[in-house]
Amino acid sequence: METVVLLSKAVAVLGQFPVLAGADLTVQRGEIVLLQGPNGAGKTSLLRLCAGLLPLSRGEAVVLGCDLATDRDSVRKRVGMLGHANGLYTDLTVTENVRFWGATVGAKRGEVDAAMARMGVGDRLADVPVARLSAGQKRRTALACLVARRAELWLLDEPHSGLDAAGRDELDSTLREATRAGATIMVASHELERAGALATRLVEVIGGRIREQPIATPPSTETAGR
Amino acid sequence: MAVTQNRITNTTATDPLAERSVEPAKRRRGGATGTRFTFVLGAATIASMALLVLFGLFLSPADITQGESVRILYIHVGTVWVAYVAFGVTAIASALFLWKRTTSLTWDRIAGASAEVGVLFMALTLFAGSIWGRLSWGQFWVWDARVTTTAFLFITYVGYLAVRGLGGSHQQRGRRSAVVALLAVLEIPLVHFSVKLWRGLHQEASVAGTTKVQLENLMLFSLFLALIAFTLLYVWLVMHRQRVLAMQDALDDKGLDYALAARRAESSTAATTSATTTAATGGTV
Amino acid sequence: MFRVARYIAAKDLRIELRSRVVVNQVLPFAAIVMVMFAFALNTDAIVSRVAPGLIWLATMFSLLILVQRSFAIESADGATDALKAAGVDPAGIFLGKAFALAVQLLVLEILLLMPAIVLYRARVQWDSVVLLVTTFLAATCGLALVGTLYGGLAAGVRGRETLLPLLLLPVVAPVLIGATRATEAAFHTGGAVVADGWSWLGLLAVFAALFGVGGTLAFGPLIED
Repeated sequence: METVVLLSKAVAVLGQFPVLAGADLTVQRGEIVLLQGPNGAGKTSLLRLCAGLLPLSRGEAVVLGCDLATDRDSVRKRVGMLGHANGLYTDLTVTENVRFWGATVGAKRGEVDAAMARMGVGDRLADVPVARLSAGQKRRTALACLVARRAELWLLDEPHSGLDAAGRDELDSTLREATRAGATIMVASHELERAGALATRLVEVIGGRIREQPIATPPSTETAGR
Repeated sequence: MAVTQNRITNTTATDPLAERSVEPAKRRRGGATGTRFTFVLGAATIASMALLVLFGLFLSPADITQGESVRILYIHVGTVWVAYVAFGVTAIASALFLWKRTTSLTWDRIAGASAEVGVLFMALTLFAGSIWGRLSWGQFWVWDARVTTTAFLFITYVGYLAVRGLGGSHQQRGRRSAVVALLAVLEIPLVHFSVKLWRGLHQEASVAGTTKVQLENLMLFSLFLALIAFTLLYVWLVMHRQRVLAMQDALDDKGLDYALAARRAESSTAATTSATTTAATGGTV
Repeated sequence: MFRVARYIAAKDLRIELRSRVVVNQVLPFAAIVMVMFAFALNTDAIVSRVAPGLIWLATMFSLLILVQRSFAIESADGATDALKAAGVDPAGIFLGKAFALAVQLLVLEILLLMPAIVLYRARVQWDSVVLLVTTFLAATCGLALVGTLYGGLAAGVRGRETLLPLLLLPVVAPVLIGATRATEAAFHTGGAVVADGWSWLGLLAVFAALFGVGGTLAFGPLIED
């Protein structure tokens, strides 16, 4: 099993504040890791570190075989990140946005269209400027851009926010499909009930460090086991 | 987890990424930036400055055309020489910082210290030059190539210092300001050349032209004395300033250590609280 | 690198076409600036004499706004981060944005030239049209390149609105000098002849070339976190 993310006593600093104060984490390929924790714990910073956006101050961090202490550039092309903001150009239409982000990895027209269809922003919304979309539609467009990039490691920060129930289910099935295709996923989310359904592993981020949590098994499985 | 608490201060042994803290061993007093070398250097500076005052103000003769006002020359040439040397050093130090093999924050700090001293001396140059201009040909300012380039260099390095003050990690600061310094090296000759070409078209350049000062023996000697005295002063200032910057950076790192300890303490208490809650509710998340 | 530059430039220009900020906001600003110059300088003869300088001054001030705008569209919805996270080649981003900025700047200058000629009663002869066109092209390239470079630096930091003018204006001084002199030669103001203008054009070309290369190398390290 290939280790996609390896963090050892990783310290990352934002200004003068240590957002990550010695994080230890190992993620294997194909896992879906759910990051939970209070606000300010460092979930976003952890994702940004793995995306190569936040510089490593101390400790060790190896993502997809790239040592983040010395080289943050090579990891970026293989990682797809969806942050709090959508990363969209508000004056352009949905199609233009997804095509642009697809172009950053050289995706073909067909892949781009498929990504849009998958996230439900093809057809009606295709030629609408992003500024005129609802928050949920913008989120889905951003996800379509992410899908079009065919990343090996997906880093999602509160991806469910703004989505309705159908949108969330669609997102979850897209994520599972991506892992079947070989991707690895790390999701930071406050959605507790999705833990069992979506994630293969649960991790708590607290005070800039990480603790593993067992995923609660539903009562029915336990009784069936006996 | 408790073990790491003790190892926070002992960063150099375990952490290749952490900066080496400034060793206090070589300092004369804890916290001061003086060493034996700078003491000797400082004494030499004072001595040469005293000699300069003697020769410049008293022993060297007055100029035939300009009279006593030519004595400003010694200060003016001294400061302009230092200013240009300072910026040269900033450029070289910036290049060394960016070059992979010699990269070290010391070069960044030397670049910064040198730029600060350079800006100071550049201001002095413009001031002394302005006074001298008023005394010898009645103008406080003149638009010739060298004067204008000097003014532009001054503004450019004020901008450089502004970039240094932008915040962020030490590495970020170093990288950003080093690039800006090297771009300035690119830009200044262009400014100089364009102003020269510009003023070359104007016949009135002769008013601003090179000051016709007859440099006879004693005056020449005083001039060299000025160069030496000011160079010593420059080196002394930059050494001290660089050390102060190093101490500031070390202070920032120490601050990070304390912040790390505080954050870890916060997470330990939070962990114990949540652990007890988990136990109380029977293990469900 | 050039592939990246192409789709970045296309994106920037498409956004400008949609939002029309240059034509709706920056152009009126530049026009007002030129009118204010006329107010400040008072005499018709003086204004005609310094017309080339005023055109380029107005262009420099507009450059500041255009550069800010160029990077504002990125930070609007977090696209700057997304571009960095996507590992897009910074040299490509630099060239692409510089190209888009150059096009916008050129459009602005052409639209400024008309009222300038009218307001300032400048005279353009046919033999100087070649000089005029090449001057505008060379100067615009230089301005766009430096603007994008320092704009990228200022975009990510605090005090960006005040930092950009402080850094950029000293750097564009050679372009101001060169472009103004060359334009004077083209307009035959103050007895300048077209032949004089070509040496200034050389300066503009060198400037653009140096910052083209320098910027491509420097942009990546400059915007890095």
